[in-house]
Amino acid sequence: MQVLLRRLRSELFATPADGALSVALITLLSLGAFGFLRWALTQAQWAVVKVNSTLFAVGRYPIEQQWRLWLLTALLVAASGATWGLLRAHPRPDRTGVLWPSNDRLALALLALIALAVPFALGLTLAIQSRWWGLLLLLALCRWLAGRYGANLSPTGRRLAALVWPLLYLGGMALISGGLGLVGVPPSEWGGLLLTLLASSFAILLCFPIGVLLALGRRSELPLLRWGSVLYIEFIRGAPLITLLFLGQNILGFLLPGGLAPERVWRAAWVLTFFAAAYLAEAVRSGLAAVPRGQLEAARSLGLSYPKALQHVVLPQALRVALPAMVGQFISLLQDTTLLSLIGLLELLGTARTVMANPAFLGRNGEVYLTLAVLFWGCCAALGLGSRALERRLDPHAVPSAT
Amino acid sequence: MAPVPPADPAPRPAPPPSPPWWRDRRIVPWVVQAVVGLLVLLLIAFLLGNLVRNLTAAGLLLSWRWLQQPAGFDISESVIPFNAQLPYWRALAAGLVNTIRAVLVGLVGATLLGTLVGMASFSHNGLLRRLARVYVEVVRNIPLLLQLVFWYFVVFLSFPNGVAAIQLPGVVLAKSGLYIAGFGEGLRWMGPTLVNGVWQAPVRLSVEFGALLTGLIVYSGAFIAEVVRGGIAAVPKGQWEAASSLGLSWFATLRRIVLPQSLRVIVPGLNTQYISLAKNSSLAVAVGYTDLYSVAETTLNQTGRAVEVILVLLAAYLTLDLLISALMNGLNHLVQIRER
Repeated sequence: MQVLLRRLRSELFATPADGALSVALITLLSLGAFGFLRWALTQAQWAVVKVNSTLFAVGRYPIEQQWRLWLLTALLVAASGATWGLLRAHPRPDRTGVLWPSNDRLALALLALIALAVPFALGLTLAIQSRWWGLLLLLALCRWLAGRYGANLSPTGRRLAALVWPLLYLGGMALISGGLGLVGVPPSEWGGLLLTLLASSFAILLCFPIGVLLALGRRSELPLLRWGSVLYIEFIRGAPLITLLFLGQNILGFLLPGGLAPERVWRAAWVLTFFAAAYLAEAVRSGLAAVPRGQLEAARSLGLSYPKALQHVVLPQALRVALPAMVGQFISLLQDTTLLSLIGLLELLGTARTVMANPAFLGRNGEVYLTLAVLFWGCCAALGLGSRALERRLDPHAVPSAT
Repeated sequence: MAPVPPADPAPRPAPPPSPPWWRDRRIVPWVVQAVVGLLVLLLIAFLLGNLVRNLTAAGLLLSWRWLQQPAGFDISESVIPFNAQLPYWRALAAGLVNTIRAVLVGLVGATLLGTLVGMASFSHNGLLRRLARVYVEVVRNIPLLLQLVFWYFVVFLSFPNGVAAIQLPGVVLAKSGLYIAGFGEGLRWMGPTLVNGVWQAPVRLSVEFGALLTGLIVYSGAFIAEVVRGGIAAVPKGQWEAASSLGLSWFATLRRIVLPQSLRVIVPGLNTQYISLAKNSSLAVAVGYTDLYSVAETTLNQTGRAVEVILVLLAAYLTLDLLISALMNGLNHLVQIRER
């Protein structure tokens, strides 16, 4: 108690001026919090979010086909749980102790809280609430199983297990869009969070190889490659994303022979990809610059070919250095998907706009935008946390945590 | 003693066979470049060929004559005079001026806010320090577009009109606009006044402009705060200690000792943030402020001149970016430490 009081005093009331400032800030904060709570609890009508929760989640995806999305979610949850457990079971070989999120029980508890509280707060039917509980159980089960038996997995087995993710991505695309005996659902019917996540994951996955190639091109000694990369990167970075999206919607049709131009959703996703690649290239370039020249020279003199030297020696070091900047780019890419609403696509923000155009929900902007803000904040903060955990795991100099 | 005749030199090893041409380091780079260049050229030729063919088919081949035709739409707020009878190029120019106005005011506001918050994260006051962190973390993780529509639809459009308007000293916030005190006729200082239920003041800003500015300043301010924080953190701790042992107060230390030294770290970071602010101003279209992009979109819808409109847009934003970059590079030159 004494310690707390002393700490409070040194933090808030060290000098009279500090004290006055603290009092003013506390008054302002409590006034703001009080006003917000009064609005949220008495004036706001959260029905707009509850009634439209399906629309916000998947847009106009046909109801009779939504089992495919549930199946995909279940597969994703199972794969995440298994990966999580495997990472726990395999601490880095060169150190003792588990380095993967030291507080991962806390993370699991947080996830459980979200999976239990959010469907309840949204007033979903019991059948759907129970599906969320099932997903949570599946996650915990896979995490436990993989953590228990994952240590017995041979190195080849581990490498094969990592292959689950690309397979799952391709399978997920097929599940969402149809084909292979499933009824086709055209991209124009995707929407809400589904479209946001699809567009951003597509762009994140594809911009990565393009960005690395561009960064290598920009540092290349061959003038044509170097100047080509510089031109591309600087051109893309000089233009606002909205003008590029506009270009994609209005000019791509002219650039390709008739009928070859992809659907509007895919056009936007490709524009996002090429846009993000230029920014990612700059992040990777900073990482490449941090790798001493001698590394490449040493690798070459050991007889590795140039691509092999890049693959095994230079890129692993460069990408590790560039990781925080790259994740920063991914976070802003996720945020940039909101711009799709400006070209008439119904991702989260676009869905919000159509919902508020409905006379029944006129003037309920505050509730909807606040919900979206919380959702985006959660996604971006989670990405940031994940990046920091990955940095710790990859850092060769990190001190193992105490556990 | 007869000299020992030198032994026969060992037969010289045959020179290593010269590598095949596909591993020759003098040839391969040029082959690679030629192949890549050829592929890129082919791609560009393919795209351009399609473009010309499709545009000809649509009767929209590159032409700038439409710029002279009357625009036929009005621009709600314009610094340079504009009406619907004036040609398209005047509309685009009015949009560009609006963009520049938003960018300039936004730059100043975001720099002030960012510097204050960046300084606050080094305050002695724990509450202030944490508030600065919370502000940065909250704002940076929420999309700018979402923040803009929030400011516009939730905050600025909910101001009451007339007598009920929010009245602050020198500023009145109403749904019909933001009224700010200034020098009126005859250089007389005038505050906002209510005349027949309508506010009047020397300076009136539209709520659209207000929402755009608020959004841009709050968003960019968070990023600039991080740049400033990084710059201040780059100044060695000894500088703080030396200054305070000389008797300087916290603020004086920051202003006289630390900030001038941190500028050389801050200015390059600011350059990036300023450029992204200029580009982000194109999101004004979401809050109904008629900036360059918004005018261009209307123009495209009316004329169908997609290629020309895009070219104008890209050229304008690229020029704006280059201007900001050039100014900031000049500034960077000024603040670098000159040794001797």
